[in-house]
Amino acid sequence: MVKEVAARYGKDRTRMMDIVRDVQARFGHISGAAMDIIAREVNSHRVEVEGVVTFYAFYSEKPNGRHVIRITDCVTARMRHAEEVVEAFEKELGIKVGGTTPDGQITLEMTSCIGLCDQGPAALIDDVPVTYITPDKVKGLLRHLRESGDATTLVKTLGEGNNALDLVHSMVINNIRKRGDVIFASLEAGASIKNAIAISPNEVIRSVKTARLRGRGGAGFPAGMKWEFARNAAGKRKILVCNADEGEPGTFKDRVILTEVPGLLFEGMTVAGYAIGAAEGLLYLRGEYAYLKPYLDHLLEQRRAKKLLGKSVAGKSGFDFDIRVQLGAGAYVCGEESALIRSCEGLRGSPRDRPPFPVEKGYLDLPTVVNNVETLCCAARVLEKGAGWFAQIGSEQSSGTKLFSVSGDCRRPGVYELPFGMTLTEFLREVGGDDAQAVQVGGPSGTCVDRGQFGRKLGFEDLPTGGSMIVIGPQRDILAVASAFMEFFVEESCGWCAPCRIGNVLIQERLERIRAGKGLPEDLMYLEDLCTTVKKTSRCGLGQTSPNPVATTLQNFRKAYEAKLLSAREDGRQPTFDLRAALSEAVRVQGREPVAH
Amino acid sequence: MAKPKVATASLAGCFGCHMSILDIDERILKLAELVEFHKSPINDIKKFSERCLVGLIEGGCANDENVHVLQDFRKNCDVLISLGDCATMGGLPAMRNHVPLEECLAEAYLNGPTVHNPTKQIPNDPEIPLLLNKVYPLHEVVKIDLHLPGCPPPADAIWEVLVALLNNKPIDLKYGLLRYD
Amino acid sequence: MSDFTFTIDGVEVPAKRGQTILEAADAAGIYIPRLCWAKDLAPGGHCRVCTVLVNGRPQSACTHPAGPGMVVDHDTAELRAWRKNIVEMLFVEGNHYCMFCEKSGNCELQALGYRMGMTTPKYPYMFPQRTVDATHPDVMVDHNRCIACGRCVRASRDLDGKNVFQFVQRGHHVRVAVNADGGLGRTNLSAADQAAQLCPVGAILIKRVGYAVPVGRRLYDVKPIGSEIEAKRAPAPSGK
Ligand SMILES: Cc1cc2nc3c(=O)[nH]c(=O)nc-3n(C[C@H](O)[C@H](O)[C@H](O)COP(=O)(O)O)c2cc1C
Ligand code: SF4
Ligand code: SF4
Ligand code: SF4
Ligand code: FES
Repeated sequence: MVKEVAARYGKDRTRMMDIVRDVQARFGHISGAAMDIIAREVNSHRVEVEGVVTFYAFYSEKPNGRHVIRITDCVTARMRHAEEVVEAFEKELGIKVGGTTPDGQITLEMTSCIGLCDQGPAALIDDVPVTYITPDKVKGLLRHLRESGDATTLVKTLGEGNNALDLVHSMVINNIRKRGDVIFASLEAGASIKNAIAISPNEVIRSVKTARLRGRGGAGFPAGMKWEFARNAAGKRKILVCNADEGEPGTFKDRVILTEVPGLLFEGMTVAGYAIGAAEGLLYLRGEYAYLKPYLDHLLEQRRAKKLLGKSVAGKSGFDFDIRVQLGAGAYVCGEESALIRSCEGLRGSPRDRPPFPVEKGYLDLPTVVNNVETLCCAARVLEKGAGWFAQIGSEQSSGTKLFSVSGDCRRPGVYELPFGMTLTEFLREVGGDDAQAVQVGGPSGTCVDRGQFGRKLGFEDLPTGGSMIVIGPQRDILAVASAFMEFFVEESCGWCAPCRIGNVLIQERLERIRAGKGLPEDLMYLEDLCTTVKKTSRCGLGQTSPNPVATTLQNFRKAYEAKLLSAREDGRQPTFDLRAALSEAVRVQGREPVAH
Repeated sequence: MAKPKVATASLAGCFGCHMSILDIDERILKLAELVEFHKSPINDIKKFSERCLVGLIEGGCANDENVHVLQDFRKNCDVLISLGDCATMGGLPAMRNHVPLEECLAEAYLNGPTVHNPTKQIPNDPEIPLLLNKVYPLHEVVKIDLHLPGCPPPADAIWEVLVALLNNKPIDLKYGLLRYD
Repeated sequence: MSDFTFTIDGVEVPAKRGQTILEAADAAGIYIPRLCWAKDLAPGGHCRVCTVLVNGRPQSACTHPAGPGMVVDHDTAELRAWRKNIVEMLFVEGNHYCMFCEKSGNCELQALGYRMGMTTPKYPYMFPQRTVDATHPDVMVDHNRCIACGRCVRASRDLDGKNVFQFVQRGHHVRVAVNADGGLGRTNLSAADQAAQLCPVGAILIKRVGYAVPVGRRLYDVKPIGSEIEAKRAPAPSGK
C-alpha cells in the first residue's frame, strides 16, 4: 500500500508532502513501519521522514480516529465564544481536545487560524470547512458525521458564488463587501497573457516596475525587481512559486481569490513565468484549503486544453509553462518564502538564512520567485490594463488596490478591495467598527494600533498589512488578545533558532504572570528586553515579529499592563512566590498542615 | 566602631559551600578581623539579634522551613547572597523537579532499590517540615542581591566578594572564579 | 591574498570572496561568540549567539558572507546583551547540572556563560522532562543538555555520510531523534564518527571517558573561550 503511494509520485523524495498526505489519508496516521517503507522507497532516511511527519500539524505518527475535527483556535473565533463550541464537542464526544473516541471514530483537535475568521467559530472536519458553529449545532453535526461516515454530507447550505460549484461544494461564504477595479473586476481569459507575450520578458518586467507593484504578502518587496533578479540569475531552469499559504490569523483574502477569481491568478502566474523564464509554476496551497484543490486542478486542466498552459503557451513558441498545486499541511511558518520552498521540496518547513536569496538559490537550488496570490493577480491586471492605469490607483509608494480581510468586532466583516492610503478612521467607518478601541493591523505579527493613532494611513509608507485587519472592540481585554497571539507564535515557531524557540515561551510566561495579577513593575522592562532580543536575533520573519503582540501593546496600551501589576514588597519577599500553593501537594499527600511560624 | 556582621545558613544544600567559606585558609583570620560572624552554623547562633551587613545562603528552598529561614535572613540582612548552584538554580535537589512529589516520596521511602522500610510508612511527624512542590532557587522566593554560583563556589571567589562588599568596591571576579561546577 | 576588506568595530579586516564574517573575523583574531558553528561543518544558524550588525541590520556572522566595504558592529553593549540573553535562554531551556556533567570545563555553553559573566540566568528554569538514550555501547545522548544546535545532524549527514541524527517535532518541542526505532544502539553510529565528537555540550558523550581531565586543566578552566582566536590578533596599532 505504502509502496503504491510512493510509486504514484515516482518515488520522488521531493514529493514527500504528497506521499505522507496520501499515506495518512489511507491509514489515518503514518506509523513507524510506514516511515521505514517510505524512507526505503524514496531513498531517504527514516528519521528524515519522521522529521517531516512531526513538523506538520496535519500529519500524525499516532493513530487518529476515522474523522478528525480541527476547531480553529484563532483569536477571532475566541471573540465569538469558540470555547463554548469546544466544550460542546468535548461533552458530546466524552473526550478532551487531543483525544480520540474509544470507538476510534473521531479525534478532536485545535488548530491555528483556518482562514474563516469572518464566519467563525469554524472547524475543519476532515478536509471540509464547517462554519458558524454554535454549541447547539454540535450534537446534530456529530450524529450526522457518524451516520454518513462522510464529512462532505455535513454541507447543507452552500456558500455563494463558486462555493456552490460541484467541485467545491462548500458552505464557506465569500463575504466580498467591496469590489475594486484590480482584483474583483471582470476577466477575459488569456487577455493579460496575450499582451505579455506580445512584448519581451524584459518589457514585461519593466511594465511591472512602472506600475510600482509591491508584494502583497506583507513585506512589500517590489515585484518587478524580484522578477528581474531571477531572470538575470545564472542557470536556465527557473521556478515560479505562488504563495497561497495565508496563515496569518485574520487573513482570508487569498481564499476568496482562489474561489472567485482563480483565473486571474493563473494568468498572473503565467505572465510571471514568461517574465522570469520559468517553465514550472508551483501553487503552494495551505492544507486548510485542500477543499479547493479539485476545483483548481480542474481549472488548470481546462487551461491546458485551451493552450493557456503547457507547450507554447498561447501559441508563443519557446514559452512552455505549467502549474502544479502543492498542498501544505498546517504550518504557519511555511508562509515564509524560504520555508515554503523547503516544504515544496518535501522537507521540514524551516526557513533558511539569507543570502542566498530564493531568486538566486530557491527550489532545488534553482532561481525562484515567490509571490503572494494577490501580487500575481495585480501583475496580470497590470499587463491587461497597463502600468499607467495601475500606478494611478492608490498612493505614491503604494500603487493599486489592496484586499483587506476584516474580522473581529465590526458589523460588516469580510473582504474589501480598497485603494491604499485610507486612514484607520475611514476604514473603521467602512466596516462598521467605529467604536473600536484598537485595530490589529497586519495580524498578530503586525501592530496593535490604539484609538489615538486612528489617523494613520494604510499603506507601505505608514501601516503596512498583508491584509489581516482585526477590529478589537471596547469590551475586549487587550492583554487577553495579546496572550492569544503569543500562544499562536509559540505554537507555530519552527524551533530552528534559539531566541524564537525559547524566547517566545518566556514572553508568554511573563505575560501570563502579569495577567494573573502577579507581575512586578520590573517585569515590563524584562519583557521589553526579551522582545527586543527575540526580534533582533531571530532567524526569520516569524521570530523577528513574534514579540509584536506584547511589544506593540506595551507601547500603545501600557496602562493595561500597569493596572495589573503588584508593587514590590517592602520586606523583600517575592510576591510571586505563594507558600500555600507551593505546599499544596505535600499537604495533600501527607495529610497534614504546615506548622505555623 | 562595631565590626560588620555576616550571617550564613544552609538550606537544601550539602554544606559544601560552607566548607568553601572556611577554605579561604589563613585569610579566615583576616576575615575574623574584618567581620563578626552572627547567626551561622559556624558558631551555632540560632536567632538574629542584630542587623547584619551580609547574609550568605547555600542551598535552595525545598521545604517550608527553608522558606521561613530565608525570609528571616531577608528581613535581617542588608545584602543577601545566593551562594552556590543549589541556591542559584536549585542544584542537585532540583533534579526532583521533574517528578511529582508523591512519586518522589514513594521512591525515597518505599520503592527505591536501597530502601529498607519494613513499616512501609512515609515519615510524617508534625516536626518534619513539609516539602514544596518543587525545589526553588532562592531568588524566586525573596529578592537576592548577589548570585555566586559554583558547586561549591571557589573560596577565592567568596573572599573577593566579601572583601569588595566590605570596602564598598565593585565586584569584578577574575576569570576562573565564576564557575558552575 | 585577500580579495577585499571590510570593517568590524572600525577595524579593517581582510577577507576572501566566499568567506563568512565569522571566518574572516577569526582569521583577523576577532572572536565572535558562537555555539552551533563548528569548523568543517556548514553553518547552521541555530543559536544566533554570533549575531552582529551588518550595515545596521542584525545578521548571524556564521552564515553571512563578508562583503567589500561592509560595516560590521560586533562588540557593542547592545549586542553583548542580546547574546548573553540567548545564552541564558539556553540554560533555562534544558536541565543543566554542571556539577556532575562530564562535559563541564570543556563545554562551550558553560564557557560562554563564564565569558559573558552570567552568574545565574534572569529567566525562570523550565525544568523540562527529557530522556537519556544509553542504548548504544559506546555513545550516549542526554537530551537534558541538548541545545538543538544541529551539529550532530550536520556532521552525521555531511561528514559521516550516515544521517544518524535529525530534528523532529517543531517549536519548543524540537529535539534530535535518531535514525532507528529502538534508540541510538540500533543505528550505525560509531564512537569515532564526527557526529559523536562535535557536540558542544554534554548531550552526546562517549561512554567510559568520565571526568578524564582533572579540574584546572580542562579547556576553559584557565582561559576564556575564544582566547585562542584572540591570541592571533596582531598587536593593535598605537593609539588604539
Ligand atoms: C512567518 C511568515 C509567514 C508568512 N506567510 C505568508 C503568507 O501566508 N502568504 C504570503 O504571501 N506571504 C507570507 N509571508 C511573506 C513571504 O515570506 C514572502 O515575503 C512573500 O510570499 C513574497 O511575496 P510578495 O512579494 O508577492 O508579497 C510570510 C512571511 C513570514 C516571515
Ligand atoms: S525565527 Fe522562529 S520560525 Fe524563524 S527560523 Fe527561528 S525558530 Fe524558526
Ligand atoms: S552541558 Fe555544559 S552547561 Fe550543560 S550541564 Fe554540562 S557543562 Fe553544564
Ligand atoms: S545533541 Fe549536541 S550536537 Fe546534537 S543538537 Fe544537541 S547539543 Fe547539538
Ligand atoms: S554560531 Fe552563528 S547562529 Fe550559531
